[in-house]
Amino acid sequence: MSVLTGGHSATDLARERKFGSLYSRNARAVVGRGLMAAKSSTWLVMVSGFFEPVLFLLAMGVGMGSIVGTVQGPGGGEISYAAYIAPALLAVSAMNGAIYDSTWNVFFKMNFAKLYQGMLYTSLGPLDVAIGEIFLALLRGLLYATGFTAVMGVMGLLTSWWAILVIPASVLIAFGFASFGMGITSFMKTFQQMDWINFFLLPMFLFSATFYPLSVYPQVIQWFIQAMPLWHGVELLRQISVGSFSPATAIHVGYYVVMIGLGIMLTTGRLRQLFLK
Amino acid sequence: MQEYLQEPFHIFPGATSLLRVHNEAIRSSTQSPTPSESSRTNPDMNPQTVISARDLTKTYGDLTAVDNISFDVPAGESFGLLGPNGAGKSTTMKMIGGVSQRTSGSLNIMGLDPESHGPEVRAHLGVVPQQDNLDEELRVRENLIVYGRYFGLPLSYLRPKADELLEFAQLTDKANSKVDALSGGMKRRLTIARSLINEPRILLLDEPTTGLDPQARHILWDRLFRLKESGVTLILTTHYMDEAEQLCDRLIVVDKGRIMAEGSPANLIREHSSREVLELRFGSERNATIGVELQGIGERLETLPDRVLIYAHDGEAALEQVTSRGLRPMTSLVRRSSLEDVFLRLTGRSLVD
Repeated sequence: MSVLTGGHSATDLARERKFGSLYSRNARAVVGRGLMAAKSSTWLVMVSGFFEPVLFLLAMGVGMGSIVGTVQGPGGGEISYAAYIAPALLAVSAMNGAIYDSTWNVFFKMNFAKLYQGMLYTSLGPLDVAIGEIFLALLRGLLYATGFTAVMGVMGLLTSWWAILVIPASVLIAFGFASFGMGITSFMKTFQQMDWINFFLLPMFLFSATFYPLSVYPQVIQWFIQAMPLWHGVELLRQISVGSFSPATAIHVGYYVVMIGLGIMLTTGRLRQLFLK
Repeated sequence: MQEYLQEPFHIFPGATSLLRVHNEAIRSSTQSPTPSESSRTNPDMNPQTVISARDLTKTYGDLTAVDNISFDVPAGESFGLLGPNGAGKSTTMKMIGGVSQRTSGSLNIMGLDPESHGPEVRAHLGVVPQQDNLDEELRVRENLIVYGRYFGLPLSYLRPKADELLEFAQLTDKANSKVDALSGGMKRRLTIARSLINEPRILLLDEPTTGLDPQARHILWDRLFRLKESGVTLILTTHYMDEAEQLCDRLIVVDKGRIMAEGSPANLIREHSSREVLELRFGSERNATIGVELQGIGERLETLPDRVLIYAHDGEAALEQVTSRGLRPMTSLVRRSSLEDVFLRLTGRSLVD
């Protein structure tokens, strides 16, 4: 019997705690499951998620960059167009990696594979599942970010040692999107509804000062874009890539910290509503 | 009672001897609760009672799925919830597992409330849901190991345990197969094997054999007998009366969220039905009108769309009375009363429609 209770440090913990029925400190089991499943699955999908921003960088940065020339970077210095858009594409890459894992994957597991239903019939609580799945999404975001940063390095687009910090910053961005993505997915019931996510993501990708500065827009649209999460990610990575920081840097980071907190609350609440009703 | 319990073993004569060793092993490992567990046990509860429900109610909006039901299940019992689809059986199971919050009433699983201690209660439960929810992205053996990890169990325990359970589920040669490649019966057995990975004290089985062919059902029943013999408390829902008769020591008949009757299969039949039943078919046009002509034969008469049931102590004698009245049924069958008859008597409806 001891073998059964041995792993449950949660047993003692949960007794007096309000989170007792939500969390059993075993998110690593969910992560382990994801890694085991990844062994035998969709490598192609994962690889495509990495190549997408690389292709954009080649087409827009190198191709269009040749007619654009240099542009003004965050610190005011002139940088090549490719160096200007590369951090933005990295932010998009982190977002895509996190979103893919936390929306389509989660949607499938929730509605078709009944995976979470099975998990929640064990000692796992909804918070374990949420943390585990978000962690997996972050892992994917980290892989994409590292790969893309390497590509940037090879292309000579990294001009400062600060640039190495774009990797952890990308994980922060992925965390924000993953924690929210899973909560939002929990509201979706059909494939048509899932398409709304793309409907939201595509314009955000195109218009969040990814390919040109925010100043081209009228003031009202600027405010709107500044309220969107991707813009903060783009600006944060762009600043880090040239090692030029301002008070706005803290705002960008703060935006994601708040987003992560709210996202986890939303996701856990939704999982509880869906599976522990 | 005895008859019903022994019946299964005639079907699987070889099963019992193999079990002993297995049982002893499980008993020695499961029946000595750790100090922390015994201290949690509610003093008001009989130590032998593992599940205690009082006035349990669950409503979804206007619909009352479970309506004020109370029952106790002692350790080691095989307890059934028999009723048609929509009777509230699955909802009751979900509340026991702590994955559905009750509207009112109380529920006590081994001294704990599953609502506030979900993960702890589920650590001692094995759950076989109505629909298989195996992890299709993992292989057969991986399914067992990963599921064990959800309980926080170490790999050093899980690796040999998974092999043991594959053996038990007769899936050893499928260990590295994809779940997709398994037949319906195999998937079901894997789901049951998976539910045993944490050596549960209570096993919840929701319609365990629905959708399986007869052979697969018999194999599954055999596995469930073995578990029952090893001291695991079985809670199962079913709308198959033969399954309930074979597997349950005691059951409640539920309809529209209420308990209609409670007892052992044999007692329920004795209380609510005659010893034998004469089934007559006169053709679908005449079945409805023939009742008048059959008045007075047997203890009770039940007219269904496809046949007429005459409840009598002696079915053959009743059949003679029918023929002596000059009635010529197309087919006639004398059989022993079953839980189906009990259900029909209690609710006026068939279990499976």
